[in-house]
Amino acid sequence: MAKTRTPPEFILERDDYKCIRCLVCVRVCSYGANFYDEKENRVYTENSKCVGCHFCEAVCPTEAITVKRNKFDIKPSAHWTSEELFDVIKQAETGGILLTSMGNDKPQFNYFDRLVLNASQVTNPSIDPLREPMEIRTYLGKKDAYLEIFEENESQVILKTEVSQQLKLEIPVMFSAMSYGSISLNAIKSLARAAETMGTFFNTGEGGLHKDLKRFGKNMIVQCASGRFGVDIDYLNSGAAVEIKIGQGAKPGIGGHLPGEKVTEAISETRMIPVGTDAISPAPHHDIYSIEDLRQLIFAIKEATRYKKPVGVKIAAVHNVAAIASGIVRAGADFVTIDGIRGGTGATPKITRDHVGIPIEFAIAVVDQRLREEGIRHMASVVVAGGIRKSADVVKAIALGADAVYIGTTALVSLGCHLCQRCYLGKCNWGIATQDPKLVKRLNPEIGARRASNLLKAWTLEIKEILGGMGINAIESLRGNREVLRGVGLNERELQILGIKAAGEAW
Amino acid sequence: MKRILVREEYCIGCKLCEINCVAAQVGSSNLIKIYRYVPELPEPNLIVEEDEYTTFAIQCRNCDDPMCLKACITGAMHRDSFTGAIRVDKERCVGCWMCVMACPIGVIKRTNDGKKAASKCELCVDRGTPACVENCPNEALVLIEVGE
Repeated sequence: MAKTRTPPEFILERDDYKCIRCLVCVRVCSYGANFYDEKENRVYTENSKCVGCHFCEAVCPTEAITVKRNKFDIKPSAHWTSEELFDVIKQAETGGILLTSMGNDKPQFNYFDRLVLNASQVTNPSIDPLREPMEIRTYLGKKDAYLEIFEENESQVILKTEVSQQLKLEIPVMFSAMSYGSISLNAIKSLARAAETMGTFFNTGEGGLHKDLKRFGKNMIVQCASGRFGVDIDYLNSGAAVEIKIGQGAKPGIGGHLPGEKVTEAISETRMIPVGTDAISPAPHHDIYSIEDLRQLIFAIKEATRYKKPVGVKIAAVHNVAAIASGIVRAGADFVTIDGIRGGTGATPKITRDHVGIPIEFAIAVVDQRLREEGIRHMASVVVAGGIRKSADVVKAIALGADAVYIGTTALVSLGCHLCQRCYLGKCNWGIATQDPKLVKRLNPEIGARRASNLLKAWTLEIKEILGGMGINAIESLRGNREVLRGVGLNERELQILGIKAAGEAW
Repeated sequence: MKRILVREEYCIGCKLCEINCVAAQVGSSNLIKIYRYVPELPEPNLIVEEDEYTTFAIQCRNCDDPMCLKACITGAMHRDSFTGAIRVDKERCVGCWMCVMACPIGVIKRTNDGKKAASKCELCVDRGTPACVENCPNEALVLIEVGE
């Protein structure tokens, strides 16, 4: 094979004066990019092997290492960026689909940053969250249209309506579905512990339930995806809710593929498949080709769980998302999860990740609008995912009409992820997207849980602060309250679809 | 009484503990300066043991029934009354190496500063927190309080 024509993506600069030859960088790099020449007493780096995960930079005791992007200066062209050029070169060399990981990294899909929030001035008082109670608890599930109450006598009132099962969230942020297989057990344990501490939920993803995670049942949503890995009656009943996964934002319309080399003994037991076999999730559920079929699965699961667990359905945000969501709600789902184009994944064809789906901001707005117009908004909660990076995004998503949000990438970043987008290689130096026992050890779930719950704690404070500024004392009053939002730099059609006014327009 | 707990399941084998132990023995936090200009660096007082996926750092366990203390002929090896750590009085040590022979886990060694004396992990009692614990990136070494 001829020498590759793609230059290294990253350059590792080592300050030789600061380098004490402790060889920490050599020992930790799972890609083998750093090596030591004993004869010369010098540490070298093979830049082409560096993926830019910054792990060596983080552990270097003398700050001798700086990982920089290789600014490969091709003749400037607005049409041909270096990324486009190298993608073509890579395909010319390999003849294969370009693989990538994590979420869409293109700038044009971000609308959250073009939305601004309101605050109280003179005519309405703002609230100080440090002095006054602020409610950010949320309940997910079907809300009854009316309650039937029977008054037996003056002192005794009986609620006759059987209220639907609800999920109680102390903060309207949950951890997205990430399967055991796509991420390490230590990563899931970190999120599970954080969810338990913070009174929210994590999602098992489609990879079944590892026995160590059973004790987190009351903070867990179990997923049932097209591969049906690890799904049995005990699995469905072990969590607080069940989520049927139809699609995900990073790869709408395509299935999943966990390569056989990642199917270790523990994963084979959890997924209920032989060791070393590829775990292939088909693109569609082969028993769901219509809303009616979906209704059958929803009710099959509800029967299996004795109507004690809310059942949700997760779809990717695509062009017809509002109508599909309406169908899902009518099919009997207790919550609908919508994953936008910026949603992450462990592995996806680059073409799908970068070009399929719609930004979550539009999806939230149209789904909420459609469900309201049809008078069925109360029948299901709307959970959104895909591109939530900070508490401001949470507030904006809820103001657009979401009940709660899922964070996946952000949660992993809190555990250490540096978004190198190489999850599909399974060599994650941060111990997240890997099954190599030597690398998995690097994520101490005690530290992970502390960091993930710290993130949620910080967001709790920030959300309260921003609600107080708007003079709102409960997250319920923010939901679908699009008057608190204004758009900056959006065209009229975009504003109309988002259901918001432009900055400068009054009530 | 504080002791270092070694958690093998979280040790990533980076050996930052060893590097920082050396620095702590020299008595400076400037690693660059130490590694560039100190001519004879002391050996670290803890060793990272490696066998494929298993790695862990091991240092003096400060045993309840210390063999080194029993073996010491001069009384140089003694227990610090405040911290409970076993320490070496380098002035008293005559370099008979009986402690090195007696230690069941092999974590006592000779100093290499020319003095004929034994050296071992003293839990950085003069420094405060042990340097290895402070610099472990994954909390594989933690300082915990153990019962009397």
